[in-house]
Amino acid sequence: MTVLANSLIVLTIVVGVIFTLVTVIGILRFPDVYTRAHAASKSATLGVLSILLGVFFHFWFNEGHFSIQLILGIVFLFITSPIGGHLMSRAAYLSGVKPTVLTVGDDLAEVVKKARQNQLPPREDE
Amino acid sequence: MITFIWICLVLVILSMMGLLYRVFCGPSIPDRLIALDAIGVMIISATALLSILFATRFFIEVILLIAIISFIGTVSFSKFIEKGEIIERDRTSK
Repeated sequence: MTVLANSLIVLTIVVGVIFTLVTVIGILRFPDVYTRAHAASKSATLGVLSILLGVFFHFWFNEGHFSIQLILGIVFLFITSPIGGHLMSRAAYLSGVKPTVLTVGDDLAEVVKKARQNQLPPREDE
Repeated sequence: MITFIWICLVLVILSMMGLLYRVFCGPSIPDRLIALDAIGVMIISATALLSILFATRFFIEVILLIAIISFIGTVSFSKFIEKGEIIERDRTSK
């Protein structure tokens, strides 16, 4: 039984570490901000979720402590990490970072242009 | 088992070093922001592995704390890059 539990722990932690390494390779090798945000927000989230699940199994099976805080951490990371990726990509686009030359189409440009035209003109005191 | 956890910890810290290259040499500000957010996530992984190594469960509260603070930092940096201010002065006129 303890061999089964240990192999489950080792399996989840190995998956998490592999996804962490894939994150680093993606961030170092992808050409622009948006592809890097894609690599960072997805695979880093899955990597840390898998590592936390392995630690949760370790404390549950080997020490008999059912850790609610680890489950809370997993749920919190699963909710907030994609939101952080979305906010960072949006800030990058609105601050004018150009995508790579390999990009085919840019549908967001027209929408942002139209929204900027409809905005109120800036006041004098600003 | 302990040796395996040590190897995983070393790999996670090496990937943090790889992200530090992107923080130092990133071509734009949002690149550095993305790398810093990923570093925060990897600090959480390293803390979880360290709590196995030290055989204590008091580090688990630190995990939740780091997650919350990292998310707040990411949101405020994004708002600063996007609008130029974090807490808006004039909320009534929009």
